This record gives sequence, structure tokens and C-alpha cells, in this order.
Amino acid sequence: MKTLEQTTEEILGLAAQHFKVPREQLAAGDDFYKTLKIDSLQALELLTRLENHFGVELPDFEVAGVTDFRTLAGRIQARL
Amino acid sequence: MSSHHGKTMSWQVKDGVMELALHHAPLNEIGTAMLEELESFAQQLEGAQGKASALIIYSQLPKGFSAGADLRELYAGALLRTAVERVAGVRVFLERIHRVLNAIDASPLTTIAAVHGVTFGGGFELALACDLIVADKMARFCFPELRLGLIPGFGGIPRLKRDLGNGVVRDLLLTGRSINASKALACGLVSQVAGEGEALNVARSTAMQVIKFDRMASAAAKRFLKPMPREELRREIELFCELFMRPAVMEGLRRFVESTDAHPYLP
Repeated sequence: MKTLEQTTEEILGLAAQHFKVPREQLAAGDDFYKTLKIDSLQALELLTRLENHFGVELPDFEVAGVTDFRTLAGRIQARL
Repeated sequence: MSSHHGKTMSWQVKDGVMELALHHAPLNEIGTAMLEELESFAQQLEGAQGKASALIIYSQLPKGFSAGADLRELYAGALLRTAVERVAGVRVFLERIHRVLNAIDASPLTTIAAVHGVTFGGGFELALACDLIVADKMARFCFPELRLGLIPGFGGIPRLKRDLGNGVVRDLLLTGRSINASKALACGLVSQVAGEGEALNVARSTAMQVIKFDRMASAAAKRFLKPMPREELRREIELFCELFMRPAVMEGLRRFVESTDAHPYLP
């Protein structure tokens, strides 16, 4: 079972890769809408990328209102 | 080979396969412009028998297959009309889009939707009119209509119910959640999942397979397997129009249109 820190780290890596930003520019507590400068459609892309990577289903109503990587990791962790 | 290049879509017939490419930025929103070209396409589809045995529908836009109905156009048009006129206008639009999707649904050609990214609302319903759906692994399907106080109006509920049963429809419709390609494959909504950027190639390879079969037998099999849910399609239009009369719908549309988010798709 992955720890929350491991899951968060993987999310940060995937987000950096997907949106082509240097990994070191992202931190667990960041508001990903602001840091990545993404809209809700791109957030949906990230959600799909994360679901594919972790092999989980994450209904969008569960991540509505979630804006930081650490909380997002917690939502995923709950379904692993 | 015959071809057409329009403002919102293009089509061509080559080597027995007709391809319809959607390219109405930003995300193939289905409003008057797309509807008019879809109607021309439906006429061409009728005449394509003998020249083509399969049809592929796909999007040339990077963000997805289609975001569904053009809600901005719908809202702008509705603002200028009384409630009665609004419903009359919507009913005419629905009747027209139903004729197009029914023509695709019942076409004797074997039809394949190759989808990627956003496949929402009316765009999802366009894909559901096809016999097979090939999905890019980054595709996402959703019926967001309840967020606006509506139900899907382009035939989505009857077609999804016909193909998958009531449980899947209830899950998608009543929660408004979006599902990814893996989930869609698991529940039988899509027939194949392709790697990123590969849905069209997989659809083309599938088309090359299906055109090998005797046309009359394929068309007969399709008629047998895929009866048109005509009564439910009629009832869907009636229910949509009843719901559309309510002020809550105009308020939902206003919130969507005035949202400062570039794409306010999340609930």
C-alpha cells in the first residue's frame, strides 16, 4: 500500500509531465489550477491521467472543490 | 472518391469507407451551424450505399470529440424569445437533430465513432448513434444535462438504455459524473480502447475488417440487433421541452454562459 506521500509524489510527477512544467516548480500544497494555469477541462485531463495511472475511478464530484495536490492524493489514496 | 469540406465538418469516401471529420472549434459544439452540415451529411450518407460500407466519425480538434450542444447559442437565442417561443424553437432543433442521428443510427453502413478527450452531452449522443465506439484512453464520457435542469435531448437515454440497460444510464445521468475509457469498456459502452492519439487508426483498421463482409448480411444483422427506440425518442423530446420551459433552466444556462472559467464542465 502506497503512503500518502508516495501518491502525492507520483501525482506531482504526472502533472509535471502532462502539462510540461519542471517538476521542481510543483509542491504538494499548491493550488494546481493556479500553479499549472489550467481550466476545468484540463483538470479533467489530469483526472483521467491519474485514473489511468493508479487504476482507480475517481468521480468528478469527489474532486470538485479540490484544488491542491495533497488533498487530491488523499482522494486517490481512499480508493487504492 | 467523393468529398466535401465544410465550415464545421468534412467528409470523404475512399476505398469503401466514409469518414466524417468534425472541426468546429472550440470543441464541436452542436448548434445551428453544425446541425445544418450534419443534415447535409445525412443526405450524403443515404446516397453513400454502394460506394461505402463503413462510416467513421471523428474529431480533428485536440481537446476532444465534442462538448455537446452549443449552450451559448441556445442561451443567446432563448433570451430574445418568450417562454412559448423558446420551447417551440428548441423543439424544432431537437426534431432536426433527431432526424440526423436516427439516419446515422439506422444507416445500413457499419458505423464507428472514434472518440478522444471530451465526449459530453450531445457529442456523447452522436457517438451513441454509431454501431461501435473506439475510445482513446484519454476519452471521457458524461451526461452533464441535469446540472442545467435538463435531460439529454439528442436521443442519448433511449440509445444508451437500448445498448447497455437502465443501470448504467441511471449512474451517468443521475450523478452527472464523467467516466473514462476503461470504465466505458468495462460496462460495454465502447468496444475498443486505443492508445493516446490512436483511436482513428484503430477505427480505420476496424473499418477495413467490417467492409469485408457481405453488405446485405451486415445490414440485416444490424437491423435485427439495433432496433430504433422510436417511442422513447419521441418521449425524450416531449420531456426535454417540458423541462426547458422552467425558469430554472434559463438560470442554469445563464450560470454556464457567464462562468469565468474557460470550460465550466466540472460540477
